[in-house]
Amino acid sequence: MSTRWQQRGRDMLYPLAAAGLAFLMAAGVLAALGASPLQAYAALVKGAFGSRNALAETLVKATPLLLVGLGICIAFRGQVINIGGEGQMIVGALLATALGLAFPHWPGWVMIPLAMLVAMMGGAVWGGIPGVLKAYYNVNEILSTIMMNAIAVQLMNYLLRGPMIDPVQAQRASQIPQTAALAAAYRLPRWVPTRLHLGALLAVVLAVVVYFLLWRTGWGYRIRAVGHNPHAARYAGIPVKRYTVLALVLSGAFAGLAGMVQVYGVNYRMITDGSATGFTGGAGFNGIVAALLGQLHPLGTIPAAVLFGALLVGANAMQRAVQVPSALVTALNGLVVVFVVSSEYFRRRARKRRLLQQTAASAATAVAPSSPED
Amino acid sequence: MGDWGHILLGVLASGIRLATPYLYAGIGETLGQRSGVLNLGVEGQMLLGAFAAFYVTYRTGNVLGGLLAAALVGLLMGLAMAFVSVNLQAEQGISGIGFYLFGLGLSDLLFQKLLGTVDSVRGVPDAVIPGLSDLPVLGELLFRHNWMVYGAYALVPLAWFVLNKTPWGLMIKAAGENPHAADSLGVSVARVRYATVTLGGVLSAIGGASLSVGLLKIFQQNMTSGLGFIAVALVYFGGWRPVGVLLGALLFSLVNALQLWVQVLGLPIPADFAVMAPYVLTIVVLVIVVQRARPPAALARPFERE
Repeated sequence: MSTRWQQRGRDMLYPLAAAGLAFLMAAGVLAALGASPLQAYAALVKGAFGSRNALAETLVKATPLLLVGLGICIAFRGQVINIGGEGQMIVGALLATALGLAFPHWPGWVMIPLAMLVAMMGGAVWGGIPGVLKAYYNVNEILSTIMMNAIAVQLMNYLLRGPMIDPVQAQRASQIPQTAALAAAYRLPRWVPTRLHLGALLAVVLAVVVYFLLWRTGWGYRIRAVGHNPHAARYAGIPVKRYTVLALVLSGAFAGLAGMVQVYGVNYRMITDGSATGFTGGAGFNGIVAALLGQLHPLGTIPAAVLFGALLVGANAMQRAVQVPSALVTALNGLVVVFVVSSEYFRRRARKRRLLQQTAASAATAVAPSSPED
Repeated sequence: MGDWGHILLGVLASGIRLATPYLYAGIGETLGQRSGVLNLGVEGQMLLGAFAAFYVTYRTGNVLGGLLAAALVGLLMGLAMAFVSVNLQAEQGISGIGFYLFGLGLSDLLFQKLLGTVDSVRGVPDAVIPGLSDLPVLGELLFRHNWMVYGAYALVPLAWFVLNKTPWGLMIKAAGENPHAADSLGVSVARVRYATVTLGGVLSAIGGASLSVGLLKIFQQNMTSGLGFIAVALVYFGGWRPVGVLLGALLFSLVNALQLWVQVLGLPIPADFAVMAPYVLTIVVLVIVVQRARPPAALARPFERE
């Protein structure tokens, strides 16, 4: 029994070592820029975990990463590369915000679940379009999801500067692209005095739900089967195209929810700065990084999301301490992705070697009894 | 010639100019994909190339030095991508996104740390071709661009020639279509893929430089804003042929130029929708084109000798 856990422990070493290597390389970049890596990382850790407030902020940043990451687990397990988290978040948030603003007088317990549902539907549609295009028209989903991101960003910029702009901002010269504030009743409950909101807990619960979905239900089994070997899955009678679409629809739904949680839990309005990641803060991309480090396992994605949330929060403290821009974190995330996907190679090789040793050992024991006669 | 004639001419001329970065990156990516490697890190390579070229040009005043720096950065990024996809056989769709994030973050970081403010350089000079540039209409359209624009268009026949008329081109296509057969005939699939992916990195970085020191003469954080990803899409659009990539690049840059003019002329179309147009077009065009063209059989599949 213990060997299965030993195996799992050994498997965890590879992505962790890969992430460690990425941090080491980022330390090299810091040193090259004349900043002390130790001082920088110390400031980063302190900024992310040093106080109750810092810890709460880290979890607030981790929440959308986890939600997007859960969707990525589903999609990537189905061998569908969903890079569209950014756009799916935006569309989910737009719909949820529009709903909350259109009906400001409903009770919170009615509006909040409804807004979640609407956001998930929005994200599902934005993910479903590339899903249908992939399954039925053979369009590469990596490219189409990236294009859908760009389209969603422009849609958001248009809506937040135009039809959905905060009436107060519309009067002012500043014209900040943001909507009016949601009704106070619609705010997700907070752990006062920090900004930690109910969405964080929800994300953790959903991680468990996704785990059950993927490994304990027929849907999950078939998504994984299609991802593992589409030809065998087709042979086994699984409608492969439908499950490809489903993987992207579910993936998009989680990203959409992440968008809603940002609005209802953090800012209480939708706001951007005109740049592509102005609203999402790059969570649609960073959620991919978290899921990869979490080995595309929903429960593994939880600590990974916290780590990357900590990086985002700590980066500001680092910037103050050693004057290195927080863009370093984006570069570091990129390195983590490259190293973690590359580490798969070493894991595969180690596993192959172990198997060979086992067969050699069992062959030796099978031969052994006859050897004294020689 | 009336006002509208001038506007049309302006749109066409800027369309021809704006195709430049797409062409460098798209032709480089075509070579990589024909050999079986999907490099999705183009956007990151372009950003780092754009920064390297701008920084060196800004500091030394030497554009050639800037372009060389871009080429060197592209070479390193290409080698890294080749190592990860050929030796380590990593999932190319994902590692490419990693390289994109790396390039996006590092170019932003270096820009903030080393320069801080947006400034401009004189950049690559225009090459006004004597005689031809005075032709009516055609002169403005074709013969008054900077050197990098001509370079980009020259790449198209060059890449066509390499792919279709040289032994090296045959090896590239063999590595992308049937690496096992190529291997059994003595072609080193690894070496071919290293060469194409590294060359692709150099061309992407030069493409980024064509934007920073060629067309705009400035550097800005995330200045490519998705251009590198569109370049990858153009390879699909072009059916993995250089001429197809050229047609795609022209179509896109014309839509882009039109979009800019819509904003300049203040036509009653919201600017955001105009900016959106090329991306919508990409998806529509992908749907149409992919039905006809077939990608290289071994695209994005790591090769392992048995």
